[in-house]
Amino acid sequence: MLYDVSLTIDYSYDAASDRTRNILRLLPSDIPGVQTVRQRLLTVHPRPQERRDGRDFFLNETSMVAWHRPIDALKLQLTARIERFEPAPIFDFSPPLDELHHELLMVPSLAPEAPHHFIAASPRVALSGAITEYAWECLNEGVTALGAVEAVGRALNRDMAFDPEATDVDTPPEEAFEKRHGVCQDFAHVMIAALRGIGIPAGYVSGFLRTFPPPGQPRLEGADAMHAWVRAWVGNQLGWIEFDPTNNQFAGTDYITIGYGRDYEDVAPVRGAMRTSGGHETSQAVDVLPIEEGAA
Amino acid sequence: MTQNPIRVSAQPDLFASYGQTSGVADELFDATGQMRPVWRRFVDRFSRLSPEDIRARFERGDQYLRDAGVFFRQYSNDPLAERAWPLSHIPVILHELEWEHICAGLTQRADLLERVMADLYGPGSLVSDGHLPAELVARSPQWLRPMVGVEPRGGHYLHFIAFEIGRSPDGSWFVLGDRTQAPSGAGFALENRMATGRIFPERFPRAHIHKLAGFFSAFREATEELASPSYKHPRMSGILTPGPSNDTYYEHTYIARYLGMMLLEGEDIVVENGEAMVRTIEGLQPLGMLWRRIDALFADPLEFNPTSQIGTPGLMEAVRTGHLAMANAFGSGVLEMRAMMAFLPRISEVLMGEALKLPNIATWWCGGVNERNYVRDNAQNMLISPADAVDLPFDLGATTALGGEFRGTAMGSIADWLDREGDRLVGQEAVTLSTTPAWDDDGESGSLVPRPMTVRVFAARTALGWHFMKGGYARIGSSDDATALAMQRGGSVADVWVVSDRPLPKEGPKRQVEGNYRRVSPGVLPARAADNLYWLGRYMERTEDAARLVRAYHLRLAATDNRNDPRLKMLRDYLEGFGIDLAQPMPEALITRIAAARNCAMRVRDRFSTDGMSALGDLLKTATRMLETVQPGDDSARAMSVLVRKIAGITGLVHENMYRFAGWRFLSFGRALERADAMAALLAAFSDPKAPEGSLDLAVEVGDSIITHQRRYRVESNRDTVVDLLALDADNPRGLLFLVRELRKHAEAFPNAQLHGRPSELLRVILPLETGIACARTEEMTVARFNAIRGELARISDLLSSIYLR
Repeated sequence: MLYDVSLTIDYSYDAASDRTRNILRLLPSDIPGVQTVRQRLLTVHPRPQERRDGRDFFLNETSMVAWHRPIDALKLQLTARIERFEPAPIFDFSPPLDELHHELLMVPSLAPEAPHHFIAASPRVALSGAITEYAWECLNEGVTALGAVEAVGRALNRDMAFDPEATDVDTPPEEAFEKRHGVCQDFAHVMIAALRGIGIPAGYVSGFLRTFPPPGQPRLEGADAMHAWVRAWVGNQLGWIEFDPTNNQFAGTDYITIGYGRDYEDVAPVRGAMRTSGGHETSQAVDVLPIEEGAA
Repeated sequence: MTQNPIRVSAQPDLFASYGQTSGVADELFDATGQMRPVWRRFVDRFSRLSPEDIRARFERGDQYLRDAGVFFRQYSNDPLAERAWPLSHIPVILHELEWEHICAGLTQRADLLERVMADLYGPGSLVSDGHLPAELVARSPQWLRPMVGVEPRGGHYLHFIAFEIGRSPDGSWFVLGDRTQAPSGAGFALENRMATGRIFPERFPRAHIHKLAGFFSAFREATEELASPSYKHPRMSGILTPGPSNDTYYEHTYIARYLGMMLLEGEDIVVENGEAMVRTIEGLQPLGMLWRRIDALFADPLEFNPTSQIGTPGLMEAVRTGHLAMANAFGSGVLEMRAMMAFLPRISEVLMGEALKLPNIATWWCGGVNERNYVRDNAQNMLISPADAVDLPFDLGATTALGGEFRGTAMGSIADWLDREGDRLVGQEAVTLSTTPAWDDDGESGSLVPRPMTVRVFAARTALGWHFMKGGYARIGSSDDATALAMQRGGSVADVWVVSDRPLPKEGPKRQVEGNYRRVSPGVLPARAADNLYWLGRYMERTEDAARLVRAYHLRLAATDNRNDPRLKMLRDYLEGFGIDLAQPMPEALITRIAAARNCAMRVRDRFSTDGMSALGDLLKTATRMLETVQPGDDSARAMSVLVRKIAGITGLVHENMYRFAGWRFLSFGRALERADAMAALLAAFSDPKAPEGSLDLAVEVGDSIITHQRRYRVESNRDTVVDLLALDADNPRGLLFLVRELRKHAEAFPNAQLHGRPSELLRVILPLETGIACARTEEMTVARFNAIRGELARISDLLSSIYLR
């Protein structure tokens, strides 16, 4: 599938900030077997006095931008053309869940892909007794690691309601779980806590999701949003698989990846500090437009 | 228990309570009950002292610490609560040969830690070769991923570290913990040494004790070399502190002053183009090196903990670009986790090809089946705790089991706990420490008692390798229980003497540093320090001004006994405008002002006299006590007089004793500006022709100018005489013209006061104000004019802030 993706994020600050320094994680990159980025452009207004693009520990693309003078608004614009490949069908070659830890010990590595980064509590995802207990209850005797991921993901999709009003960007997963309400970030965080609780390494994926207009209605521009889902490590043979608890499916051709992390904090699209006392407002518009191969 | 042989002593009871426990090593006596040679001469001298003399000497030491303002900040509801420094007056005495042996072992350990660090943030072969479990490292919150692959400037990660060591029952030493993140205590060691110097001032023992100063000057040189590797581009170095609410902030200020280094908080630093810069009153100045006393997680909200309010955005970037050296590197805290000690003995063999010279406390990571079973079977003799905990074994948290029992909330059986969370747990041998003599003042003659101890040893990296402090800092337990657990309850600290058999030469040989070398002037004033000094000046003056007004009110109240007197009413309204409620005989607003002044002083403690600091604390105490006791009328007036005198004392102390450097100017500028503003406000209100009768006298009184007025005018006061004296007289130190001149003189001495022969922006506002007042006639000084002057003063304050204070 070929997509034109565009994203605009606007910030405005009540009080002009003295200095601003941000790390942006907005640029999608090539991922073998998953996607190829044919072109991409990230523009920043006002023009930053410093900009350095690089990669972080998890190999996500980062753009460090800084202003040494006050700014009272910030506009980030991304346009990209991305080819998303059809994922190979998944056959369950994963070990039984109770043998997964043994396989984990066979990976003596701290490389970015290594599962060890994703097994412990992380800055935004504390392990939770309630969530872990819930996860165990979703499982049948002798379940495989992959089966456990799917069971937990589908259960959460069934039991949690999508609700943009119930939570905000800083809501801890335990609270979202207790309310059984939230947005994709909450679904992902709760599922990550659940999987880690039962011994499955799990991480956060940020990116875009192609959405479909209601039948008979035209696509609305800018109506899409940034999206988040989960990836889980299910043994040496299958490695990482991706599941979207918000939409109750494995990530397929509708999903475009920006970055991987332990939780939201590792892949927050805009991280950074302004030296300002006032609050700020932000708005976001996302378009994921499928391109007919012929038209491309 | 074995009893000790009796020794000759003027105080036969000195050792009456000194019972040794079998199976515990003692510093003073060997296993056969013989006093160790290194102590003999000291004990001999000490035992000749009378109980009164001992008490007097200890008091001298304590007095030194009080005068120096040494304190400990306690974490409590009141973030600024402090407690007295708990000095155990008897030193720990170790022979220099034994010390050398310890340091040789710790040198090896320091090198090993450096290599582990380099591997954890570099190739990662310890993990891939199976010498360290991947999940253990990945789990540690102190293994900082942004540091992976980053080469530290200067080539090394560790520069200033410490080791907590103890002595086993067999007399050998072992390591309880490595302090590699930002070890504290070196400054306290210095203060302990100063205090014991007062207690034992004689040539013996003093001449036999190795000095501490050489260690600090060696480290100071090393910091300069790190900051400015090139002579052509000198850069500054500084100490990065989390700020006054940290429990060892006092030490940061002390050591900054001792080493002549800038004490910086996160907000003092900005990062531009990969370069860390200090905000100073002279603009941004490049920084080459930071001695970090802040936990790395809080040092940069952009790349580490985003909720940190005390960090500098971009600091990691300055490290990454190689412009900034960090002692110690970000991420060095990972070495402190308890589980690391389970693997270091083996890693030493792998990386260094030799066994550890000094063992560490035996540790088992419970992620492995065999280790887990061993810990479970031996839980009776174990301390079981989180694997990634970084505190010392005796700082026990709630989730800790000792001797087979949980300390905090019950968590089921230990066996279940180990099965469930084994990979997150370590078992550590419940060690026994040695005991050392401490003084037990029983109110009568007093005696020596054995107390468990650990010693903190400090090491600094220099061009010539690791340099160890010859001496250190001991923690002394509060009971005779020699298990490490006892160390956490209360306890005290002691000086550690490393002694020689013969008197030592007065000065150690001067170390030669090769190549060109220039010390960067430490005289640069960070903008935040200037800001705090400026506001200190303002708050002190604001307090004094309020105290005078409150006094004037209560004097009249006592005289008239009529709250409805128009002058009283006017004063009430006037003060209400400044948030002061005269219904309170000791208005709480005054306390707030004093506390604000003290907070400012606290944040520039490294630049502020200790006498001034304790005087401020005393003022706050006095004023707070008055809240309870003071009655309206004469009593309140008397109380205000006490405050005014105390404030004058502090102001005098500060101004008489403060070196006339830039900081003093900002303090004085704040004082003059606040005083000018108060005077303009007073005149605007009390020289108003509509003001009640007697208002003019009130203004003269509050302006502290009654006698001058009588002398100069020899007439009853009228508006002209009062305005002349309080506004236009250039010789009245409380007069407006005098004060604005002060502002102008200071502004002329500030950095960049002139640009291309033209006055600075700040001077361009002060000069017309000064000229306007100087040329004015009394009748031109209307209420509106005074209010306009207040507006100009506010503008001056804003300009000062925007130009120099941020």
